Amino acid sequence: MSKFINFAVLFIFILNRNQMKEEKENENILDEVTTSEYKYGFYTDIETETAPKGLNEDTIRFISKKKNEPEWLLEFRLKAFRYWQTIEEPNWALLNHPPIDYQDIIYYAAPKQKKQAESLDEVDPELLETFNKLGISLEEQKMLTGVAVDAVVDSVSVKTTFQDTLAKHGIIFCSFSEAVQDHPELVREYLGTVVPHTDNYFAALNSAVFSDGSFCYIPKGVRCPIELSTYFRINAANTGQFERTLLVADEGAYVSYLEGCTAPQRDENQLHAAIVEIITHDDAEVKYSTVQNWYPGDKDGKGGIYNFVTKRGLCKGNNSKISWTQVETGSAITWKYPSCTLLGDNSIGEFYSVAVTNNYQQADTGTKMIHIGKNTRSTIISKGISAGKSNNSYRGLVRVSKKAENARNFSQCDSLLLGDKCGAHTFPYIKNSNSTSVVEHEATTSKISEDQLFYCQQRGIDTEKSIGLIVNGYAKEVLNKLPMEFAVEAQKLLAITLEGSVG
Amino acid sequence: MSDNKNKIFPLETSLKNSYMDKTKPLNHAKSGSNAIEHKKVTNSRLNGYNIFDKTGLPTPVIEQWRSTNITKDYKENYLIGDNKPKFDKQINEIFHCSVHGFDTNVFALLNGWYYSTPDKVLQTLDNGIIVGSLAVAQQKYPDLFDDYYNEIARPDSHGFNAINAAIFTDGLFIYVPDNVKSDKAVQLIKMVNRDDNIMINTRNLIILGENSRLSFLHCDDSINQHKGLLATNTEIFLKKDAQLDLYKLQNLNNNTTLVNSTFVKQDANSNLNVNVLTFNGGIIRNEFTIDLTEEGANADISGMYLMDDKQHVDNQVKVIHSAPNCTSSELFKGVLDDHASGVFNGYIYVARDAQQTMAFQKNANILMTSTASIDTMPFLEIYADDVKCSHGATVGQLDNDALFYLMQRGIKESDAKLLLMYAFVTEVTNKIGIDALRNSVDDMVKKRLRGDLSICDKCILQCSTPDLPVEFEIDMSKI
Repeated sequence: MSKFINFAVLFIFILNRNQMKEEKENENILDEVTTSEYKYGFYTDIETETAPKGLNEDTIRFISKKKNEPEWLLEFRLKAFRYWQTIEEPNWALLNHPPIDYQDIIYYAAPKQKKQAESLDEVDPELLETFNKLGISLEEQKMLTGVAVDAVVDSVSVKTTFQDTLAKHGIIFCSFSEAVQDHPELVREYLGTVVPHTDNYFAALNSAVFSDGSFCYIPKGVRCPIELSTYFRINAANTGQFERTLLVADEGAYVSYLEGCTAPQRDENQLHAAIVEIITHDDAEVKYSTVQNWYPGDKDGKGGIYNFVTKRGLCKGNNSKISWTQVETGSAITWKYPSCTLLGDNSIGEFYSVAVTNNYQQADTGTKMIHIGKNTRSTIISKGISAGKSNNSYRGLVRVSKKAENARNFSQCDSLLLGDKCGAHTFPYIKNSNSTSVVEHEATTSKISEDQLFYCQQRGIDTEKSIGLIVNGYAKEVLNKLPMEFAVEAQKLLAITLEGSVG
Repeated sequence: MSDNKNKIFPLETSLKNSYMDKTKPLNHAKSGSNAIEHKKVTNSRLNGYNIFDKTGLPTPVIEQWRSTNITKDYKENYLIGDNKPKFDKQINEIFHCSVHGFDTNVFALLNGWYYSTPDKVLQTLDNGIIVGSLAVAQQKYPDLFDDYYNEIARPDSHGFNAINAAIFTDGLFIYVPDNVKSDKAVQLIKMVNRDDNIMINTRNLIILGENSRLSFLHCDDSINQHKGLLATNTEIFLKKDAQLDLYKLQNLNNNTTLVNSTFVKQDANSNLNVNVLTFNGGIIRNEFTIDLTEEGANADISGMYLMDDKQHVDNQVKVIHSAPNCTSSELFKGVLDDHASGVFNGYIYVARDAQQTMAFQKNANILMTSTASIDTMPFLEIYADDVKCSHGATVGQLDNDALFYLMQRGIKESDAKLLLMYAFVTEVTNKIGIDALRNSVDDMVKKRLRGDLSICDKCILQCSTPDLPVEFEIDMSKI
């Protein structure tokens, strides 16, 4: 056990509690829906240690030194930074935001630990309070098994739970910094293999300044018995969050991985540029679920998180599978395209997404499916819901290379418009160079049908609830793919995000 | 790709040099004319110069040009525009073109210039339609140019359109007065007949008055196998209740690159039918920007492409629904063989208040070989909530069940494939409203699929002879 795990305390992302409250909450949901704004918008006054504002090679050396990193990792960062300086911010997405001043951001902020905590009691009480507010209960955690959480606050992993249980199976699940110290060979082997620093502008930025994140390795033939989860939170002001997740499933391994995120309510915009890399070897399967609920800004579009995320999965082995499920309700701007490179023969990529935008939110999200191996299959189901004055775009690429014999893709992208001030857009890209492949894409755009609404209403369900019901039904196909505990959260989130959007 | 960004191509340099002397526009220099140009035309030339100076030629670095790379052409040396040719041969001496049973008024552009005897340079037809050289029309009808010229063209969209505005030589001008419904189609033949590499910029202006009707057949043909870079901008205005049937036939040699931008503005209840039929060509890019500006307008755009060898076709169709209650549909189908590559980018834009819009988009492709490829991008951008929009795209092979059905009835594989391909594209060709033209195109499709049709010294339409309609040599009684 490393010294870094000392302050890693056991706790759980609790659902049982949620379920108990469920009935009561259902009664109050309308109250909640009509009055609630962003409920995770609190700020915790934790002492943080920050790097000076701005970005240059010194900042990167500072971060690297803080984390006691080996030389090769510093080189990796510097290489990425030098590349980043030569390229420009992409402008092809249907997003509109004032230019980001990259020198006005703090690139490193860590909660200050007075000393390394030996037990739960010694963890900074403010921090514990934060997690309580987020619904991650510490009181009930010890006996309940279920989810192992790695919590990342302001780019630094504060604690990882259930390491003992996982260690029994040989599973490595820890913060990225720990992984660099304890398993440098694994990190070095896989880091940047799926998302090279040249992938895109934000990936280059992240590769240069990433401060922490999660690392997970599932050894051969192991089926991870519990669901793994990372919880991200931005806390400090003026900081950017740049975390990096690396997930490796060796031959025949299986893991279901959840990711959640929140941020305080602030008037200025904050930048979040993360990277997730997944590698699956032969017969391995990874299921990656995200409920993204960064602060979306207020009703007038003030504040909110700029969420520029690069998520890529590589189905390296034959018969491997990567499945992305995402529920995107937060962020002022979402720029996110979880993708699968289907390299191994018979590998499978899946993408299920519900993206909801309200007020002045903007989302440009979708996926990439790159078919390289033979008999590779991919499915894309995307449901966009726009309300208020928001804009919601699906942008997806399906590429079938020359060697991808018998590749098969099916894509369906539906958009729902609630109100006449919002926009719903679909930008599918299909690049096919194999004559034995079959690629199909279909999409529809519509509003809630009067008939459905009338049916609900004539049975005494009021308009707001009816719309909630219909929207939930519309998104069901995707919500069903979420692990149960997330599905409950996601449904409520849908209702809250859409509050006040019914005219 | 970032290499391309900073590189200066020979073509770019020669284009920039071609307008160094701003006091004398290129077309005047080349035609030897000293007539004063319409102010708007001159201004748009200057504007085009300035934009091109900044943007240069489009490279795949630009999002809209990612799938079509013609930078190879930029490295060649071209003659920029040709001198005005003398009218010494009748059109039909150079070029035989007629569709059997299809009577058209034929006009021609040769090497970028309107080609006719001096007395016919701008004529009024019996039914009142004015047709002729754009360069002449700007002097004779300054009012029309005030109102329409360069109103909808977008020189800022990319370098080709910018340079086109700046250095175009001539083009076709058509004005159909209100309430004139023409039975006889207008046919434009664009020919290139030079023995060296040439870049030609032409520009057309077509105005349909209220409640008028016109069929317009636009043929792009090569006469020889020399390399050419052809760029055209066409502006089309449809006033209230007007109807335009536009047919574009493209049969160019494999060394020719065609960049074709058409801008259409449609008023209330106007009706546009477009058929783009691409048979041959090195690199062909067809861009349409269709703006439905008033209620009740309808645009129906369809296209078919049959490409083989190393040919490349790119159809970019943008329909803008600016007003409520308009309808549009896009249907593009293509067969890609050998090393051919295709691109389809459909774009439906529905503006905020354009309620009750119906817009559909479909692109279907068949890849015959594993070396052919297709990029298809059916986009929707929608800002109104009471709309019906859908798009679909498919890429696949011929239906195996259908193929099996035909083969088990004793039709050999190659014939069965031919039949299925033919059936695949007829969804598009059946939309051609003029019987004689449809039959000819039908014959051409059959010949093209059989591999008989290649560019010849005659108009492709002529290849069809009514007495001997092309038939597949397949015993249909077996089916």
